[in-house]
Amino acid sequence: MNANHCSGAQASITADAVARRSYGKLVAFLAARTRDVDAAEDALAEAFAAALADWPHKGCPANPEAWLLTVARRKFLDALRNNRRTEPASDELERMAEGLAAATDEKEFPDQRLGLMFACAHPAIDVGVRAPLMLQAVLGLDAAKIASAFLVSPATMGQRLVRAKQKIRQAGIPLRIPEPEELRDRLETVLDAIYAAFAEGWIDASGTDVARRELAEEAIYLCRLVTELLPGEPEAMGLLALMLYAESRRRARRDSRGEYVPMAEQRVEDWNTSMIEEAESFLLRASILNVFGRYQLEGAIQSAHVARRRSGRANWNEVVQLYDALLSYAHSPVVAINRALAIAEIEGAQAGLDTIEGFVGDPRLVEYQPWWAARAELLARTGRREEARHAYDIAIGLERDEPVRRFLDRRRSAVIS
Amino acid sequence: MQYLFTLYADESGWTKMTPEQQQQGAGAYAAYTEALKAAGVLKSSNRLQPSSSATTLRTTNGKTQILDGPFADSKEQLGGYYLIDVPDLDAALTWAGRCPGVGHGVVEVRAIWSMDPATQKYEGEASLAAKR
Repeated sequence: MNANHCSGAQASITADAVARRSYGKLVAFLAARTRDVDAAEDALAEAFAAALADWPHKGCPANPEAWLLTVARRKFLDALRNNRRTEPASDELERMAEGLAAATDEKEFPDQRLGLMFACAHPAIDVGVRAPLMLQAVLGLDAAKIASAFLVSPATMGQRLVRAKQKIRQAGIPLRIPEPEELRDRLETVLDAIYAAFAEGWIDASGTDVARRELAEEAIYLCRLVTELLPGEPEAMGLLALMLYAESRRRARRDSRGEYVPMAEQRVEDWNTSMIEEAESFLLRASILNVFGRYQLEGAIQSAHVARRRSGRANWNEVVQLYDALLSYAHSPVVAINRALAIAEIEGAQAGLDTIEGFVGDPRLVEYQPWWAARAELLARTGRREEARHAYDIAIGLERDEPVRRFLDRRRSAVIS
Repeated sequence: MQYLFTLYADESGWTKMTPEQQQQGAGAYAAYTEALKAAGVLKSSNRLQPSSSATTLRTTNGKTQILDGPFADSKEQLGGYYLIDVPDLDAALTWAGRCPGVGHGVVEVRAIWSMDPATQKYEGEASLAAKR
């Protein structure tokens, strides 16, 4: 890159590219020893601001990442020294400064993002803030954007993030990969947080809400990162496959008029083939490792669904078998509902209904929209029109997506007439 | 970093135990304390007299009040503590998980607020570096 030419626009493009590629790496590196994620983020924000002011005059640096790290490191250490006020600089602080300086001189500074992710999803961190925290600390998403995706006020989200970062620092939560004996359990919390972010992004089927659509993409990015930094973990590959399968059908969930299209009626041509193929390959790689888990099973269910791509028909027998296996991992009503829908495809609606009879009146399902939608569908097919209409009413009342509401309303009208 | 484990349990449980059970219970704590010592992480530990023996002080209208009884009246009472020194929360939680108190009550883990703000933030760094 020519060091003499760097317009404001070019500087901001370069800074954006570095932010995208290295934000989490820089935060993780700065915060690894101090566990002060907040201070690392502040220092980095100042460094980015300095870059935008500096580069248009002095030219874009040959290695913008190293430039940013050098500036951020200086700001970071200044802030730490200033915090100490009257105290003389401690030996530890100086040793740390030397350590940071030495690493900056090297071409490649260590990638400690995985350690940062394990800290964000630590069991001692409130489960609801793990995904937002990861999105902010590793990817640099701002609190307002995260708040809008998670449907809470920016102020509330900001407070939760501040409290979580305070907890990491004050309680001494380490930014590192856990010991081998606890790695699998701890990885599960990381994957759960990633999936929670994806699920938030997935709700916006029409893809009109940019913050949400991007959230799904960011979750896939985070999971890719885990599979790259921690290769050989089959559940991470399983989750990546699961999300890729789901994402591959994003466009197919709406027709040309923006109306909701249920999976069974989606046009195979609207599915993203390359994503499906990538998902299949991750699932295969995971299966070779012979350690099964929830995410691989859910990925496999998706795989059986998209079998329609080749055979023209979803493989319902396999879907039911996989749901059976999944139930043995987690006896959740959510799994049972999906299993009932698959059984209905093979043995009829009544058989499907029979399997979930035990959940009728379950307080956990009172406000769970998919329960009411599934039940309404099965009741309608068995001709129990009055009960179906009631279930559709509740399903519509609980749904926040407009096209899905219209879809359910059409179904309901078909039952009554 | 130093961590304080505070142990809460329903202290009436102790009096309901047979002498054998009490001996067994005390033995479990003795073994745990021994293990902490052997690992070189124990700073101090003590069992407390029953909460009924507590005396509480507070200031009301500028006047110091001395009251008989514990600060908080709850189902579980503070019965003892361990102060340990380990690199981070993960290490602290591993030790806390072995504490017999988890079996019959609640163990709260809190990091110590170091008087030197810099050392509070950076101690444990050396042991972390050693791990890498």
